[in-house]
Amino acid sequence: MNQRYVVVVKADCPTCQLITPMLEALAPRESLALWSQDDPAFPAVPGVQHDVTLKASFDLGIEIVPALIAFSGEEEVARCEGWERAAWQSILEDPSLGAELPPLRPGCASLSVTPPHSERLRAERLAARRVTLGQDEDIQEALFDRGWSDGLPVVPPTPERVARMLEGTTRDPAEVLGDVPPNLVPVTIEKVAVNAVLAGCKPEYLPVVIAAVEAALLPPFCMHGLLATTYFSGPMVVVCGPLAKAIGMNSRGNALGQGNRANATIGRALQLVIRNVGGGRPQGVDRATLGNPGKYTFCFAEDGDPQWSNLNEDAGLPRNANSVTLFAADGVQGIVDQKARTPEPLCRSFAEALKVVSHPKMVQAADAFLVVSPEHARVFHDAGWSKETVTKTLRDYLTRPGQELIRGAGGMEEGLPRALAERSFEKFREGGLRLVRAGGEAGMFSAVIGGWGASGTIGSSPVTHEIRL
Amino acid sequence: MSTGLVVMDPTGESAPAARTPLPLPASVAGKVVGLLDISKPRGDVFLDHVEGKLKAAGAEVRRYSKPTFTRPAPTALRQQIAEECDLVLEALAD
Repeated sequence: MNQRYVVVVKADCPTCQLITPMLEALAPRESLALWSQDDPAFPAVPGVQHDVTLKASFDLGIEIVPALIAFSGEEEVARCEGWERAAWQSILEDPSLGAELPPLRPGCASLSVTPPHSERLRAERLAARRVTLGQDEDIQEALFDRGWSDGLPVVPPTPERVARMLEGTTRDPAEVLGDVPPNLVPVTIEKVAVNAVLAGCKPEYLPVVIAAVEAALLPPFCMHGLLATTYFSGPMVVVCGPLAKAIGMNSRGNALGQGNRANATIGRALQLVIRNVGGGRPQGVDRATLGNPGKYTFCFAEDGDPQWSNLNEDAGLPRNANSVTLFAADGVQGIVDQKARTPEPLCRSFAEALKVVSHPKMVQAADAFLVVSPEHARVFHDAGWSKETVTKTLRDYLTRPGQELIRGAGGMEEGLPRALAERSFEKFREGGLRLVRAGGEAGMFSAVIGGWGASGTIGSSPVTHEIRL
Repeated sequence: MSTGLVVMDPTGESAPAARTPLPLPASVAGKVVGLLDISKPRGDVFLDHVEGKLKAAGAEVRRYSKPTFTRPAPTALRQQIAEECDLVLEALAD
């Protein structure tokens, strides 16, 4: 049979040393190429090639040495990694091969899968443009100067770091996720990884960042308009499912605040993708009048409260799925109610706070998320109120007569046309009020997160998107 | 040129990797031009000549000087020039 063989060894491997006599016997075969990863003089036979860059080993996908691979033409037809006498005999069609050797010896890790070589080799396959900084440039200043930062220091995206980041996903670095506004630039998994490095993410966060980018590019989310609006809003990311806990996200005390790496960097990575890949920059296409501090990063995890449906279930996913929910969010407005011990008075407090989203007289405009803390949720749980019951009660309490909402009412010009005085209006459009659980166990404080004034088909709807690992 | 750290471009790669200078103005007429003397001997002679040329071309000229040529311009001075001028020329020669 017209086969050729490749054998890869390294001197720093006892099994490779053990099989040296057999390799010496094999070496005269013209159909066999023998590669050494480390010592070019090992084994001491003519024709050994030194895989000094480890590229041959990497391209062959070798994980363990010694490795034997048989090819028929260009096609691999057999492989054995480590020493298995019967397998080597079979592949090399020589039943007496290595008869003096033990039947089985595990090998050692191929240098091509050992850091730092593995990262360098993987990085060589990546497509993004390399930028060489000046030798005397301060690295941090150089990254600021190139406009790659949101205003805070970033982690330099070296090829090795990007290669490590991509270990966080099984997806092809070249896969295109869509076009990022405003410049509608195609974004690959690899570009997301570069920005995740900049943001300070760990590789295990990458699937969440990828899902957040995918969600932002879904047409109902309207990322272009959200970026370009003069309004305050930016994308808020809520992570739901066991992955949030697995990667160390915070859903508890200070969930909406600082100090948790996953929360902070996942939200930041999404914004950096919009900035760097899409070209969306403040005072450029981002026309925000004031913006809000959440536009640096706004990301938290949902508390896995078993008594209420979670954001997965609200979106029709299994409870234990992993998902991101994106919302075009403004800042956080606190609600204090330390007296309520029954649901109705607490819903009254919530409704009064929700009424002022955008403007007390604006209705059917912005959506809102209500972040219910554990001590407030307990009031509902003790009374057996589901999330749906709370939401319906809030909608009832937030239904107001047009007389209170028309222009001129309350001495305010802002308001509905006077012709609508005889109708009544719910504050939020159908599906525009969402409840989510988060927060520390102490404190009868919840939070309203108001949304962009352009909601639904006019602007942005919250989107829930499953995370692929 | 000696080289430093290699990083991967996080952008859409629609702009060149090397930064390009800002475009030159078509005319200096009506512009405020700052002349920064780095405090090397006879820099003033050169800048006096340039000032005359700029004024003849219709520019308003303002003069600044660094406290010493051995150090970068102080932040306050750079900010003052940025606030007051449209363009700036820096005299580097001995």
